[in-house]
Amino acid sequence: MAEKKEYKVIGTRPIRHDGVDKVTGRALYGADFQMTGLLHGRVLRSPHAHARIVSIDTSRAEAYPGVKGVVTAQDLPEAEDRVADLGEGAVNLKYLCDNILASDKVLYTGHAVAAVAATSPHIAEEACKLIDVEYEVLPPVMEVRQAMEADAPLLHENLKTTSMGETAEEPSNVASHIQHKLGDPDKGFAEADIVVERDFVTGTVHQGYIEPHNATAHFNQDGQLTIWCSTQGAFTVREQVAEILQYPISKIKVVPMEIGGGFGGKISVYIKPVAAMLAKKTGKPVKVLMSRSDVFEGTGPTPASYIRVKMGATKEGKITAAEAYLAFEAGAYPGSPVGPGAMCIFAPYSIENLVIDGYDVVVNKPKTAPYRAPGAPNAAFGSETVLDEIAEELGIDPLEIRLLNGAKEGDRRADGPVHPRIGFIETVETAKAHPHYTAPNGKKHHGRGVASGYWFNIGLESSVTINVNADGTINLVEGSTDIGGTRSSIAMQAAEVLGIPAESVNPSVVDTNSVGYTAVTGGSRTTYATGYAAYEAAQDVKRKMITRAAKLWEVDEDNVQFADGEFSCINGKEEQISFRDLCGRLGQTGGPVVGSGTVNPGGAGGAYATHIVDVVVDEETGKVDILRYTAVQDAGKAIHPSYVEGQIQGGAVQGIGWALNEEYIYNDEGTMTNASFLDYRMPTCLDLPMIDAVIVEVPNPGHPYGVRGVGEVPIVPPMAAIANAIYDAIGIRMTELPMSPDRLLKAMGKI
Amino acid sequence: MARKSHVQTTINGETVEFLCESRQSLLEVLRDELYLTGAKEGCNNGNCGACSVILDGRLVNSCLVLGVETEGRSVETIEGLAEPDKLHPIQDAFLENAALQCGICTPGFIMSAKALLDSNPNPTEHEIRYWLAGNLCRCTGYDKIVKAVMDAAQETSA
Repeated sequence: MAEKKEYKVIGTRPIRHDGVDKVTGRALYGADFQMTGLLHGRVLRSPHAHARIVSIDTSRAEAYPGVKGVVTAQDLPEAEDRVADLGEGAVNLKYLCDNILASDKVLYTGHAVAAVAATSPHIAEEACKLIDVEYEVLPPVMEVRQAMEADAPLLHENLKTTSMGETAEEPSNVASHIQHKLGDPDKGFAEADIVVERDFVTGTVHQGYIEPHNATAHFNQDGQLTIWCSTQGAFTVREQVAEILQYPISKIKVVPMEIGGGFGGKISVYIKPVAAMLAKKTGKPVKVLMSRSDVFEGTGPTPASYIRVKMGATKEGKITAAEAYLAFEAGAYPGSPVGPGAMCIFAPYSIENLVIDGYDVVVNKPKTAPYRAPGAPNAAFGSETVLDEIAEELGIDPLEIRLLNGAKEGDRRADGPVHPRIGFIETVETAKAHPHYTAPNGKKHHGRGVASGYWFNIGLESSVTINVNADGTINLVEGSTDIGGTRSSIAMQAAEVLGIPAESVNPSVVDTNSVGYTAVTGGSRTTYATGYAAYEAAQDVKRKMITRAAKLWEVDEDNVQFADGEFSCINGKEEQISFRDLCGRLGQTGGPVVGSGTVNPGGAGGAYATHIVDVVVDEETGKVDILRYTAVQDAGKAIHPSYVEGQIQGGAVQGIGWALNEEYIYNDEGTMTNASFLDYRMPTCLDLPMIDAVIVEVPNPGHPYGVRGVGEVPIVPPMAAIANAIYDAIGIRMTELPMSPDRLLKAMGKI
Repeated sequence: MARKSHVQTTINGETVEFLCESRQSLLEVLRDELYLTGAKEGCNNGNCGACSVILDGRLVNSCLVLGVETEGRSVETIEGLAEPDKLHPIQDAFLENAALQCGICTPGFIMSAKALLDSNPNPTEHEIRYWLAGNLCRCTGYDKIVKAVMDAAQETSA
C-alpha cells in the first residue's frame, strides 16, 4: 500500500463543502439552536479553590419569578467508585460526576455547584446568586511541586499513588507514577563527553476556542433524551451522559451542531448532563451556555508542569543517554497528559539509554483536558532546549545534531513501540535547505532558533455510509465533527476511489442514531481514520457497482473493470459505462446502492515537525517579537494541502501564544485573575508574521493514500524553538513559560 | 421581569421592529429575538470580535451595544452581505483562500474586513493586521485570513 502515485482529487484544493454556510452566517453552531418553549440554564460556580460544602439552600432561587427548576449534585444518581472507558480513556465515575456538580467538596474556583433553568438567561443568572451555599474553606494547593510534598493539604482523602502496578498505603496528591526505561542510563552518561541538565516550569494554558461550551437538552414524554451541542465527539457525549445519569445509551440521541473550535477541550462533558438534568426536572427543553469566564475557570486547560531533563553526548554529538522527570498538574481530578508527554519527549531521537519518570498530580485547578498533542509541548520545551544547549556547547549546527541522532524506521520509542516508516529526518533536511535557515541573522538582539517535535497520532473507530444518487453524485454520511475542513478531506478520499470530482460528494455529519460508532475528532485521527472508512465505503460502492455493470452486460463480475470513473468489459464484449451513467441505471439493475465502511486502524503513523523562528528581543521592555517563522511537517500525504497548511499555521501560532503570553494567573486564594480574552492574551494577527508552512510527504504505510494526522504536532516545537532563538539573541536560556516581558526582564537582571 | 421597549431600526436594508429589555445587548437581540445567529458570542465583553456588525457605517462589537440604542439606526450583519445569487467578494476570497477552519470567527472577520475595505480599499498587509487585531481566530494562525482580505481588496478595488 501507499506507493507514490498520481491522484486526480487528492492533493487538489477544492472549496470546502460547508464553506458557503460558514461565510454567510448560515451554519448553525450549538448556541444557535432554537426550539419552541426553550428555557435557559446557568451554572453557579464555586468562589473558592478548595472548600467543603456544608450546605446548599436553593429555596430562594426556586421561588424567584421565572425560575422553573434548580439542580445540585443531589439530583445526580449515586456515582459508583468505578472506572469506565468513555472513548477518551478510562475515567473514574465518582470523579467524573463530581466534576459535573460538586457533591462534598469544591476543588477549584469555578467548580460547578448548582444550576438553574429559567425563562430567560438573565433570570437564570440572577437566580444563581440567590442560591445559598455554605462553605468550609480549606487551604488550596496550587502548584505541582507543592502538591507533591508530604505535608501538603490533600484534595482527595482516598487517593493513593499507583506506581508500576503497586498502590501506596498512605493517601497523596500524586495519583500515579509511570516509568519508561531503555538500556543502561548510568552507563550512557558515563560514556558522555558532555552532560547538560536543566529544569523547566510551564504555566497552565487554555485551548482558547472562540466558541464557549453549549448544550440544549430535551426529554420526551417517552423518555427519549436528545442533546444538541458543539462537541468533538457525539458518541463520547452519549457515553459520558449515559454513565453520569445512569441512563441507557439507546435512549440518548446526540446531535452534533457545528463546532467553534475544540483542540481537545470539547471532548469532556461539563454542561451537557446539567442541561439534561434541568430538562428532566422542568419537562421543557433547556439550553445552557457558558460565559467566557466559565470556560476559563470551569473547563479543562492543559497542565502546568515541572520538568527536569538531562542529556549526555559524545563530542561528536551522538546522544549517549537521556533522563527526564515530568511532574504534571492533573487539576482537581487525576488524568493529566503526563503519559503522552513521556511517550513523546525523546521520540524524535534514537537513544539507546534513557529513563523517563512521569507523575500525575492533583492540584486545586480545573481538571485538565486534552489540548493539541497533550503533554508533548511541555515535554519538548525541556528536551529540545537541552539538545540545543548541547549542540551549542559542542559547536555543532542544531539541525545537524538532529540529523545525527534522528529516529528512523525500526528504532524503538521509549515506551516500547518500534517506529514504522517515519519522516523525521526529512523534516530536518527540508528545514536545513530552506532559505529561511540560510538567510543572514546577525543583527543585535535578533536571534534564530530551531526545534523539533513528535506526536504519535491515533486511529480508533470510524464509520461511513455512502448513498449513491441517480445523477452520479454520492451522499457521504459520517460521524466526525468537522472542526477544520474534514468534510472535504474525507469526501475527497471517497471521490478518488470512485473517479468523481470532490464536488460530486455531499458529506453530512449526522447524529448518533444515524451513523455507526465514530470516535472523537481528536488525536489527529479524522482525515486518517474517518478518511479510511470513507475509502472502504467507496470500495464497497465500487464492488456493488461492478456487480450492476456485470448484470447490465450479462457477463461475469470478473469481466468488469473500473478505472478513471469508467466501467468496462474486459472479456469479449465491447462495453463501457461511466460511473455517472451507471448511477442512473441502478433501478433496473437491482435497486439503490449503499456502501459502508467501518475501521479501527492500527497504523496511524507518527507525525514529526521541525520549526525555525527568528525573534527580536526588546531590551527595554522584555518583549519578544516573532520576525519570521517556518514550520516543516511530514503530512504523509496531504489530502487538501490548504487545510494541512492551516493546521500547521494554527498549531504554530497557538504554540507562539503558549511560548510568549498565555498563562493562568492566580491570586493567593487560588482564584484565576485573568479569566477574560483581554487578560488571557492570545495572539492577534498584529502579533504575527506570515507562517511559512512547508509540507513534507513521507507516506504512512498504515493508510491507503499514505495519510498521517497533521493537527497536533505543529504545537510541539514552538516553545523550545522560540526559547532557543531568545538565547541566540541575548545569550540567556529561558526555562520558564510563558517567556513574557516580565520574565525576560528578570532574566536580564533588569527588574 | 423587566419591561420591554419597542425599537424600530434598519437591519440589512429592511425596517425591523422588535421588543427588548433595556439590558439586552444588540447581539442578544440579533440572535435571540430576530434569529440572526450569524453574529457569534465568543466573550461578551468586546475582546474577540466574533459578534462584529456595522452600525451606521462603523464597525462595532454588537455585545457592547444595547438593543435599545439601535432605534432609528442602520445595522449591517453577515446575513445581509451576499446577494441572492452571488457571494460578496470578501466571502469568495475566504473560500478561495481556505481562510476558515471551524468558522465561528468567520462572520466577524468578514464584517470587520468589509468595514476596512469600505474605508480603505487598498490596505497594506500591516494595515490589515492592525485593523483585524480586534478579531480573534484560534484555528488558522491568521495567515490565510490576511491573504483573503488582500485578495478581496484587489478584487473590489480593481
